[in-house]
Amino acid sequence: MDDQLYREIILEHWKNPQNWGVIDDADVDISDSNPLCGDQIRLTLKLGEGETFNLKFMGEGCAISKASGSILTELVKEIGLDKFRNLDQASYLENLEVDLTPARLKCALLPYSTLKKGLQTS
Amino acid sequence: MSGHNPTLIKNEGDRSDESRSFATKPAGSPWKKDFPIFANRPKTVYLDSAATSQKPQVVIDTVTDFYTRHNANVHRGIYTLSEEATALYEGVREKVAKFINAHSAGEVVFTSNTNESINIIAFGWAKKFLNAGDVVVLSEMEHHANIVPWQRLRDEIGVKLYFIPLDEQFRLNYRKIITGVPVSKIKVVSLTHVSNVLGTVNPIKEIVRFLDDNDIKARIVVDAAQSAPHVPLDVKDLGVDFLAFSGHKMLGPSGIGVLWAEEELLEEMDPIVFGSHMIKEVTKDHTTWTDPPWKFEVGTGHLEAAVGLGAAIDYLNSVGFDAIIEHEQRLTEYTLKTLQGITDLAFYGPKTTEGRIGVFSFNLRGVHAHDVAEIVNRANVCVRSGHHCAQPLMQVLGVPATVRASTYLYNDERDIDRLIEALQMVRVTLQI
Repeated sequence: MDDQLYREIILEHWKNPQNWGVIDDADVDISDSNPLCGDQIRLTLKLGEGETFNLKFMGEGCAISKASGSILTELVKEIGLDKFRNLDQASYLENLEVDLTPARLKCALLPYSTLKKGLQTS
Repeated sequence: MSGHNPTLIKNEGDRSDESRSFATKPAGSPWKKDFPIFANRPKTVYLDSAATSQKPQVVIDTVTDFYTRHNANVHRGIYTLSEEATALYEGVREKVAKFINAHSAGEVVFTSNTNESINIIAFGWAKKFLNAGDVVVLSEMEHHANIVPWQRLRDEIGVKLYFIPLDEQFRLNYRKIITGVPVSKIKVVSLTHVSNVLGTVNPIKEIVRFLDDNDIKARIVVDAAQSAPHVPLDVKDLGVDFLAFSGHKMLGPSGIGVLWAEEELLEEMDPIVFGSHMIKEVTKDHTTWTDPPWKFEVGTGHLEAAVGLGAAIDYLNSVGFDAIIEHEQRLTEYTLKTLQGITDLAFYGPKTTEGRIGVFSFNLRGVHAHDVAEIVNRANVCVRSGHHCAQPLMQVLGVPATVRASTYLYNDERDIDRLIEALQMVRVTLQI
């Protein structure tokens, strides 16, 4: 029976986060946190030839924020940086496939908003 | 708390005998029925009294009574209603003075909470009398309320801050003060009486003696936010200079706190907020402050909350701290034994009942505190998760957050059992 919040997709990405780690000598290296609950995230992005790039995330956080980091980095690698720049919150959240209470919304959006911030400054 | 010998519960008519039987598992809290929220929300297991306490009917009734029969502004009116309101308000000041064994009501300042009280100490006293290079001693277990104001003072006038480190038993290694900083420069030692994360009770009298023995002429500030609800305070016995605590954690309304200091100190301090009620004479060119304690109480205070605080003090006195301590020590022993028996649980704080009260921080291995709190909430168990306004302490503990359960006189062993059951739900939900 799939939990409403801790769905298989969330648990899977939480236990086996994709793109976990830090890229040395990254072009974008941005950290942020959710002070209310203690979620922290660090995103590193290195641009390659043409449209290619590498993206990793790392951090201490709840299952939602960690799963979101994993899903986000997978998604961005799939759709590309330009499409992500135009991706709104609601559309992003659909990828998590869960209903989020206001409190957990912040957890889920931490990786998303951190990457948005990181791309703005680069 | 160490060395305290709780006396037997006095036989007061309206309390059940069940609470006096220690041979069998206690029936529960004899005082829970005094708190209407539990009748209204019977499924709720409230384990977050360190954040705020629930309110007994008598406090609720007193606030309502003020609104319905005695409401008027204080100190101003000549009419009967205002005199009644004033008598009630100032009567609470007397009550608080007796509650903490102060010399007089004139030593009791009403503030909005502990945090505001500490700001008055930092910016009304310390800013006036400290110089650049002077040292303010804090500790690694402090709440932000007793860190941030001093950091601001450091930025404004150049005082230095020293944080007493924790030892492996989660207690203050206060002897490090004499090696950590130039002793002659220490002008303020500001410490929490009880940690809101670890439950550690700091031996204030011992520390005062230590400072004395080492000729450290500092003013001593005690953040009593987490101790006032649970242990009797005696400012004369503690031998400190400033004390601060809040009403809402000790069964009173929110928005009312206390700053205590001897009159001599209050006289030499400056107010930090300015306006009406704290003045004697105002002309276009010049204004004089009124006397303490009113010098620090700007505008109309939180009248009904003060009155509610008085009722909370009455209630606590009617229960008696001996009875509260006995109940809580037993519950703490049960909780410690239970939590420490869980193999995938990391526990932070002193591991025995000695010198600690009912605040319990822990993490389930491999799980973020936030997820624990979310899932146990599904079983109506209320615990807090996060840094508990103690981010420096989290850094010392090496964790981003903890789960915190805290108990008070209305909790019982069944509440802890429900928490443990809910923790199992966490494991099942997260498939760990």
